[in-house]
Amino acid sequence: MAERGARLLVADDNKVNRLLLSRTLQLDGHQVQSAENGRVALEMLRAQGFDLLLLDMEMPELDGFAVLEHMRADADLRDIPVVVTSSLEGVAHVARCIELGADDFLHKPVNPVLLKARVNSSLEKKHLRDQQKAMVRRFATAEVAQDMQTSGFALGGRRVQATVMFSDIRGFTTLVEQSSPEDVIELLNTYYTLMFEAITANGGVVNQMIGDGLMAIFGAPRPLPEAEAAAARAALDMLELVQLFNTEREREAKPPIMIGIGIASGDMVAGYTGTQQRATYTCVGDTVNLAARLEAHTKQTGHSVLMCADTAARLGARFTLEPLGPVQFKGKTVATEVLALGG
Amino acid sequence: MPDTPLIDATVFAELQDTAGPEFVVELVDTFGEEAPQILEELRAAHREAAAERFRRAAHSLKSNSSTFGATGLAEMARSLELVGMPADPGPVDALAAELEATVVALKQRARAGAGGG
Repeated sequence: MAERGARLLVADDNKVNRLLLSRTLQLDGHQVQSAENGRVALEMLRAQGFDLLLLDMEMPELDGFAVLEHMRADADLRDIPVVVTSSLEGVAHVARCIELGADDFLHKPVNPVLLKARVNSSLEKKHLRDQQKAMVRRFATAEVAQDMQTSGFALGGRRVQATVMFSDIRGFTTLVEQSSPEDVIELLNTYYTLMFEAITANGGVVNQMIGDGLMAIFGAPRPLPEAEAAAARAALDMLELVQLFNTEREREAKPPIMIGIGIASGDMVAGYTGTQQRATYTCVGDTVNLAARLEAHTKQTGHSVLMCADTAARLGARFTLEPLGPVQFKGKTVATEVLALGG
Repeated sequence: MPDTPLIDATVFAELQDTAGPEFVVELVDTFGEEAPQILEELRAAHREAAAERFRRAAHSLKSNSSTFGATGLAEMARSLELVGMPADPGPVDALAAELEATVVALKQRARAGAGGG
């Protein structure tokens, strides 16, 4: 697919080159502006949004190599594709341009057919990259996307100290049976929007959604100071939002929803699991299992939020806690002290 | 229209074809205005023994003359760019003469192309 009508910047100190390149690209349907040296080109790139830069190497004031270096150091300019147009001879120059981040290299005089092909291919690659970034953001959370951008994607994990939260809707199966499919999806969408809001506003990361349940991590992939308190605050926010949501549902003569939340803190292994083709950021380990068990245990206790003693110990006096005594969970050799969080 | 040996007819025709004959007239005129300045820079760099400036000016002339298919001029500029500054101004004078003749030929050819359709 040819990308027509893109905004291109031509940087060349030679007027004949500038005019000819601009003309050729305009004939291909692009909007073209030009700069007579590297300094002007950088100013224009920073001031306006360009889709691609055609860059000459030998220019006064700031040459093409310096422009590439500046662009690489600038997060806003780093992703703008650069096609180098130069009559510099020798592969060393080409190699250096590519090392500095140029997408492609065209020798002058530039062949118009090649120019069109390279520009379109670079624009298409940029379009794909933009789409991928948007996709990663949609499916992975901003924190994970950022983590992947800075440290790259690698399967495998590391040991972290974090707080994990599990939450789900009580009696959801019955609710599904009594409601139309459209109502169920609408309910889930609203519910998730509210829960995401409460969790991300407190620094957590929602990393899994399964049916009506979700898993959130506080303190990974990025460290979070007082992750336990953040999780507790998120839990209270979630309860409050559910209450507001229920008031709305009551007006529509719909049954209220109830949620259960389990929180556990401790050591866990965090990282990307899956295959090279499909992977997810998650945390695994005893602490994670415990959070899931605590969430399930809310059904028996009548409390909405349960947590382990390790989480409670780090909350301080800011929260109302009710010790429920030790509970023997399935798969655990020793009983776990369980505490309920009061609203 | 007799073929001028100064210019590669195929390259020039392709340029007219892709950029449009009227635009090529404009482009040749721009070259006619810019080239004497680049030549002056080349001479000044030679006088002042500024090797890097000399190479850059030769590089610019090479790049533009190749665009128009001015093969002879491009070759002379290229040799100055790669070999470096000559001891005497002989090669620069030769290039100046070639440049003058080339610009005349280019203007003639460009206008013939634009007028003749």
